[in-house]
Amino acid sequence: MARMKFLCDAERCIECNGCVTACKQENDVPWGVNRRRVVTLNDGQPGQRAISVACMHCSDAPCAAVCPVDCFYHTEEGVVLHDKDLCIGCGYCFYACPFGAPQFPQQGAFGVRGKMDKCTFCAGGPEPDGSEAEFKKYGRNRLSEGKLPACAEMCSTKALLGGDGEVISDIYRQRVTMRAARGTKSGPPWGWDTAYGPTQSAAGTMPGPAPAPAPASGGKS
Amino acid sequence: MKWLAPLAVATAVALGLTGCGDRPQVVQYKQGTYQGKPDTPPYQNPPYNGDRAAWERAQATRAQNQNEYKRTN
Repeated sequence: MARMKFLCDAERCIECNGCVTACKQENDVPWGVNRRRVVTLNDGQPGQRAISVACMHCSDAPCAAVCPVDCFYHTEEGVVLHDKDLCIGCGYCFYACPFGAPQFPQQGAFGVRGKMDKCTFCAGGPEPDGSEAEFKKYGRNRLSEGKLPACAEMCSTKALLGGDGEVISDIYRQRVTMRAARGTKSGPPWGWDTAYGPTQSAAGTMPGPAPAPAPASGGKS
Repeated sequence: MKWLAPLAVATAVALGLTGCGDRPQVVQYKQGTYQGKPDTPPYQNPPYNGDRAAWERAQATRAQNQNEYKRTN
């Protein structure tokens, strides 16, 4: 069974915000809510990078762990979804999420929060698949149509990959080895050192040690 | 020194058997105490009508569209 994941290739992201626009258009996301956004790291400095961030559909999701009304669930495919009928808009999930994925529509004057809204991996919610109620609450259910999330499929440079974790890992691995084979003078993929420690050579597939971009010193979204 | 060989064998067997304790590390999602409405799998309704294999094939094909090395060659 597939384990649905997103992967953003920072070497390719050109910060066009096409993924953000595709998401908003596909799911009819209300004004003020961004299920996906592009974050610039080291803005204006050498080694500037941009990555597209949304819910990462964590295997052990902290949002689900802190939810006081237990409105989160994992689908068989590993997509983290929630039931808006249960959500009380407390905002705990927002504080727990390391990616800032949960969003709250703010209507009214005194910061009154609505029910939480987040990326659904274009998998809708617990309403009947493809129903109007599902679309209104959660957006379009592309997964039930055999499609992948609109953001990933729309990405012009294919920086943002979405789908079964094993498949997109293979695609990304092939890219990285091709870059290394071409002798492209680039360091290890952005984030590699953070995830796996200083690069020596991962099974002989990574380019040799090269100075990785400086750690993020802040970002704008 | 006669005891050295059996000791070495016993150690090797003990070390070898430690591999038997390795458990499959496949994520099993626990639903915890989810209180909301049950959801249906994405392949449950038309056009797949419960045909999980067809849905997975469609997903795999779709995912490979993101690999331009396959698209261009």
